[in-house]
Amino acid sequence: MAFFVARRLFYLLPVLIAVSLLTFSIASLLPGDLAYTILGDQATPENVAALRADMGLDQPIWWRYLGWLGNVLQGDFGRSFRTGQTVLQAVAERLPVSIELMLLAQLGALGIGVPLAIICAARSGGPFDRFMTGSAFGMLSVPTFLSAILLIYLFAVELRWLPATGYIPFAEDPLANLRFLVLPALTLALAEWPTIMRVLRSDMIATLQEDYIALAKAKGLTPARILFVHALKPSSLTLVTITGINIGRLIGGAVIVETIFALPGIGRLLIGAILTRDLIILQGVVLLVGAGFVIMNFLVDMLYAVLDPRIRHGHA
Amino acid sequence: MTGNTLLSVEDVIVDLPTPRGNLRAVDRVDLTVGTGRTLGIVGESGCGKTMLSRAVLQLLPKKAKLSGRVMFDGQDLLQLPPEKLRKLRGRSLAVVFQDPMTSLNPVLTIGTQLIETLQEHLELDDATAKKRSVELLAAVGIPAPEQRLAQYPHQLSGGMRQRVAIAIALSCEPKLLIADEPTTALDVTIQAQILDLLAREQRRRHMAMIIITHDLGVVAGRTDEVAVMYAGRVVERAPTPALFKRMRMPYTEALLAALPKLDAAPHTPLPAISGRPPDPTRPLQGCSFSPRCRYAVARCQSEKPPLEAAETSAHQFACFHPIETHADANA
Amino acid sequence: MATLELEVVEEAVTQPARKGRRFGMLFWAAIGWMTFVFAVAIFATVLPLPSPTDMDMLERRAPFSAEHWLGTDGLGRDELSRLIYGARISLVVGLCAPVIGLTIGGALGMLAGYFRGRFESMVVGSMDVLLAFPPLVLALAVTAYLGQSIFNLTCILGVLGIPAFMRVARAATLTLARREFVIAAQALGATHTRILLRELLPNVILPLFAFFLLGVAITIVVEGSLSFLGLGVPPPISSWGSMIGEGRESLDVAPRLAFLPAAAMFLTVLSFNLVGDTLRALTDPRQGAL
Repeated sequence: MAFFVARRLFYLLPVLIAVSLLTFSIASLLPGDLAYTILGDQATPENVAALRADMGLDQPIWWRYLGWLGNVLQGDFGRSFRTGQTVLQAVAERLPVSIELMLLAQLGALGIGVPLAIICAARSGGPFDRFMTGSAFGMLSVPTFLSAILLIYLFAVELRWLPATGYIPFAEDPLANLRFLVLPALTLALAEWPTIMRVLRSDMIATLQEDYIALAKAKGLTPARILFVHALKPSSLTLVTITGINIGRLIGGAVIVETIFALPGIGRLLIGAILTRDLIILQGVVLLVGAGFVIMNFLVDMLYAVLDPRIRHGHA
Repeated sequence: MTGNTLLSVEDVIVDLPTPRGNLRAVDRVDLTVGTGRTLGIVGESGCGKTMLSRAVLQLLPKKAKLSGRVMFDGQDLLQLPPEKLRKLRGRSLAVVFQDPMTSLNPVLTIGTQLIETLQEHLELDDATAKKRSVELLAAVGIPAPEQRLAQYPHQLSGGMRQRVAIAIALSCEPKLLIADEPTTALDVTIQAQILDLLAREQRRRHMAMIIITHDLGVVAGRTDEVAVMYAGRVVERAPTPALFKRMRMPYTEALLAALPKLDAAPHTPLPAISGRPPDPTRPLQGCSFSPRCRYAVARCQSEKPPLEAAETSAHQFACFHPIETHADANA
Repeated sequence: MATLELEVVEEAVTQPARKGRRFGMLFWAAIGWMTFVFAVAIFATVLPLPSPTDMDMLERRAPFSAEHWLGTDGLGRDELSRLIYGARISLVVGLCAPVIGLTIGGALGMLAGYFRGRFESMVVGSMDVLLAFPPLVLALAVTAYLGQSIFNLTCILGVLGIPAFMRVARAATLTLARREFVIAAQALGATHTRILLRELLPNVILPLFAFFLLGVAITIVVEGSLSFLGLGVPPPISSWGSMIGEGRESLDVAPRLAFLPAAAMFLTVLSFNLVGDTLRALTDPRQGAL
């Protein structure tokens, strides 16, 4: 186990460095000078030169990268030149919203996808299985923003059950907070459950053909025990593998959903930074999201070891 | 037959639909096993012996069609509701599969897999079930049984895993144990140990046992009766001593000839059975073995020989030209 | 042995059902819809349509009529015409971006799978870095710096597709490179170029093409998402995504302005997914081996 963790950690470091390099170079190498962007209409050659010197933009690029990386490692991601807020402040303020949204969405997706997958695998080839497999395939073709609009139209415009936009912090009023999050989380869950269901279903069908399932039946175990104890755990490995990719889609989906439902999360911070050309915030958020994503993938890999004792004992 | 009949398989047919047509895996098989007795089922790969055992266990693939009667302990397993069947499996009807690498769940500990069977059928509390598991592991010859309970299958060798599988099968004192090629996947050196273990536990617990194998040598000293299967049918059936004294079916003889002999000179080539088993989706009109049989005559190709008793009612075979008659004719 | 016999039988039983109706009704319906969308998009300029940018302030959000078959939008522009011109944008981006991914990713994947060694580790490693960002976030960030244009959008989405195509090509090459016909060609002294182009490419191109169709579906969705957020194609050009974004403002009075482009997009994405998935199932090397 220790070896497994060490090997993964060893791999994590270069990827994180590469992520920081990529983030930095997107911001620095692409056309468009930061100084011009900041000064906008007031850009005169003298002004620009002064600001460039002030921001260190006249230094060689690798020097700027090292300086930036050094600051980042000390927790200084820069400060918005529009609001004066530091990147860390801005992110810390909005992160809980995004995390709550993604957690609820993932729970919802698992809550829909896992039971459906188990039922479908247990009755594979039957009418229910065929119907659900078809529906899942269809749902994969519905973009997040489409289901958002459909849900808003249905529950906010027509039925008027739930608010279409807005947010109240959990600490202020937990119930109202959940009311505002139901539709966004459901939107994201609708995009995620088909993948979960399809992957788990096909793995589960394969597992149910295994000798040890035949033996479990021959041992006279109940069907529920066979499905949940004997078949579910060995079938969930691929599900865990794709969770990494899913988190990436979830983050992308959260950006869209936060914008549509006006939730003050990281996604809206990002979009806001793009629209106001607040490049420091943008750079910081992209770096933090990228790094967070890499670290989450690392944690997912660790989960693998928990599920499969063969990896835990170094038989990978 | 001495004693009561525990299991009787009557006129069992297993059909599997395939893209090339219907595959008759088991073709009108009748067999009986008495309480505490041992039956060996012998045949090549694909002869239907595994399908027959799965039919008895009711573990056939979903699409398979099964007909006939499987009477076990006075009940027809085919008519039994699923819940009753479940209570029977693992309790009085147990099985050991061929490959211990695949028949134990890789993500559950040995202890879990043993204890769940005990608790499912015997209503034991955790401590008692654990104690019983340790005793069982010790009984099948596993050293340091307490530590094994917390281990996973991949931490054990193949032979040890098969011992665990046997311990699981024995856990509820079954009346019948079906061992489906229990030693095929194991090292040659381990095979005899596992077979002896099975034989010892069988005698000690007075349970009936069916050993399924492709190796006549496995059934030789360890069974009361042997049934030889070919292309889904039982082609010869006899008490074990009688069979080895006088085998009548040319196929049985060919199987025996294909065994390596200890007294043969080194590098003696083994006489393989020439040809291949018939395509099970294209049944032959006559005896299925006739294309490969060196004694075959015209009648063998046009007519199926029935399974009939010969000199004693216990010894049955399906052949128009059993070996001795043939030899007599030549003499 | 005995278990193997069982598996073979099981496989044989499940296989034919799939093969038997491998091109079902749905498949042909999807092909039909794709052909239709392509046709109207290509011939948009010669079709008797009102201009998609002509505003008619007197006829804002007009219902279906003989003059405007699908009504007009919030600025009085003809909805049908906008839908068709929007299809052009969605299809151009949706097709061109995966071509970039297919070419670069496919080439890298084949080279990595064929030559292995340090080159392979380098390719796989750099792809991992590209995959380290949630794709939509990376696309947003890069568009923000590069500026919004159809060309930029296509390039970014194309680059984002490279890792996936690389993986498909590499996996296919890895399995194929061990097959007899490649080893035979090597033994006959064929050059690497010849083996890659003549022996491997024809076999790798099929799974890549199936994946290309799925890539088109994904790209249309991502392009739609960006345009929906107002960060994709720049106005006044409209794609389906930006039309849905505009229609969202009037969900309460004229929901069709959002739902018409939504339906067009859903059907197109579904069609590409269906056809791509059917072809993928046919060319999947794992299933072909069985």
